[in-house]
Amino acid sequence: MSTAHDTTRDPAMPPAPRAAQKTSAGSSVDLRLIGGLAALLALLIVPIFLRNFVVFQLTIILAYAIAILSLNILTGASGQVSLGHSAFFAAGAYAAGILMEHGGVPYGLAIPLAGVICFVFGFLFGLPALRLKGVYLALATFALAIAAPPLLKLGTFEHWTGGVQGLLLTKPDPAFGLPISQDRYLYYLTLAIALLIYWLSVNLLNSRTGRAFMAIRDNEIAASSMGVDLALYKTLAFGISAGITGIAGALGALAVAFVAPDAYTFNFAIALFLGMVIGGVGWLPGSLAGAAFIVLVPNMAESVSKGLSGAVFGVFIIAMIFLLPNGARQLVDLTYNQIRKLIR
Amino acid sequence: MELFTNQVLSGIATGAIYACIALAVVMIYEAIDHLNFAQGEMAMFSTFIAWQCMQWGVPYWGAFVISVALSFVAGVAIERVLFRPLGHASILVHIAGFIALFAIINSVAGLIWDFTIKPFPTPFGATPLFGGVISSHQAGMIVVTLALLGLLYLFFRFTRIGLAMRAAATTPDSARLVGVNVGWMIALGWGLAAAIGAIAGIMIAPVIFLEPNMMGGVLLYGFVGAVLGGLSSPAGAVAGGFMVGVLENLTGTYIPGVGNELKLPIALAMIVAVLVLKPNGLFGRTQVQRV
Repeated sequence: MSTAHDTTRDPAMPPAPRAAQKTSAGSSVDLRLIGGLAALLALLIVPIFLRNFVVFQLTIILAYAIAILSLNILTGASGQVSLGHSAFFAAGAYAAGILMEHGGVPYGLAIPLAGVICFVFGFLFGLPALRLKGVYLALATFALAIAAPPLLKLGTFEHWTGGVQGLLLTKPDPAFGLPISQDRYLYYLTLAIALLIYWLSVNLLNSRTGRAFMAIRDNEIAASSMGVDLALYKTLAFGISAGITGIAGALGALAVAFVAPDAYTFNFAIALFLGMVIGGVGWLPGSLAGAAFIVLVPNMAESVSKGLSGAVFGVFIIAMIFLLPNGARQLVDLTYNQIRKLIR
Repeated sequence: MELFTNQVLSGIATGAIYACIALAVVMIYEAIDHLNFAQGEMAMFSTFIAWQCMQWGVPYWGAFVISVALSFVAGVAIERVLFRPLGHASILVHIAGFIALFAIINSVAGLIWDFTIKPFPTPFGATPLFGGVISSHQAGMIVVTLALLGLLYLFFRFTRIGLAMRAAATTPDSARLVGVNVGWMIALGWGLAAAIGAIAGIMIAPVIFLEPNMMGGVLLYGFVGAVLGGLSSPAGAVAGGFMVGVLENLTGTYIPGVGNELKLPIALAMIVAVLVLKPNGLFGRTQVQRV
């Protein structure tokens, strides 16, 4: 994302995402561009040939990928750990649901509004979190994840949230009278928003703000002595990350057409965290790989062995972190290097 | 006033459970500098081993010793096989490893012993004390926790190996220079934590019953107790565990409209408030960083 990455000294954070680095070897940049375009093309074309249910699953993967991307901005760039993103995801889903069903707001407006609401939530939560670091911050965010489902079930808000029952959403019809199914339309809508957010995030990390995040991650004291406003940028990172997760939550809720408190438990926060590690911390395209892992591998494990599905899932994770400790990014780098050797 | 005393006493009784787990959490944190998410599942597995031994006719204390010894060995083995090869990988990767371990242990225990709830015997009996607020088992549990804490204090303060473990945890490089085998000290820390977890599991099981998911909620409270007391202080962790138990009970009693569901979030919110004022926990060392 930026050359500021090269000076990473903190062993806790992996080195620079090389994908977007300006390398001197022109051919490698081209290869990466080709790889990215091929992936994009696949994302655009493949759903045309798939059943509606598979398209729906892909939509969920994309929504999770957006949430993991936001975690990548928070953890990978600014170095703050969160185990509470399920709460922001839930907030986005509920914000969109309540706006659409009770407020009559069209979905096109409800999605960005959910993002704004979650941005405010995240920013406010970032204020007390300012004083906490490492495991203590993890505990505070963890409290958030634990608190979310019971709060959503509370009787006082039942009129709005539907309490334990949850809230049914109407799936939007394709815009402009497009002759495709609702599931497919939602897929392309989610894809378009995901690409927009990806583009904005890459630019954010390349900007002055992004460099401030990374400076804080690498050494807070040094960053503050260079004039980085720690309080502002740390809460900003929380706000932006929560806002993006909120949009992901709104998209996920639209795809499922239903929001319920028990869909957003602590386990979901753990799954998002796992997706970030599997994709490669700090490497934004890895978010998609991580999301695919947390959606598909549990299903696969279930089909390998019903009774031992948890064990199979665990073995998969261990295999991943042993073979590829830097996540999917490492796999992509290896492949590129192999191809470059072949071309030479 | 009587209501208050009763609630505090029963809070202390549940707090003893959290204190046990918090102690195990702090032990492993001292040794490896990470929070082990699989700690609760490891303790659950140890408890099942003790239960299985008793099913085979081993007397209570025999099963206790077998389970604690096996857990120690298993803890060392997990460190050697799984986490040592990961070495200096980032913390986030280690956490993914803990999650994997959690999933594996939970699912294997479910396969071997299935998910039905099993009663677990206690050596202390179940006679009610202090007018029924606290049972003799819970009193026994508190005594065991405090005794364990005392033993650990002596171990870390006065034995060669305890001192070496502390040195390895606080300043690995200097410890290596004076001849401490840092790698083995870490493995020993894992073993010790697993053994303490086994004791905690066996003490808790009569209260919350034995099943593969028994540790879910308890581990959360244990973490919270450990962090509240300060991760660098075993005594702090025990105190933190007791405080969480009491706090949980008092919020349930005195704040209107708080059902069972909201007890944990409110206790957590209070703890976050405490942490904001004292970022290293109540009894933790303040960490000074050199630029």
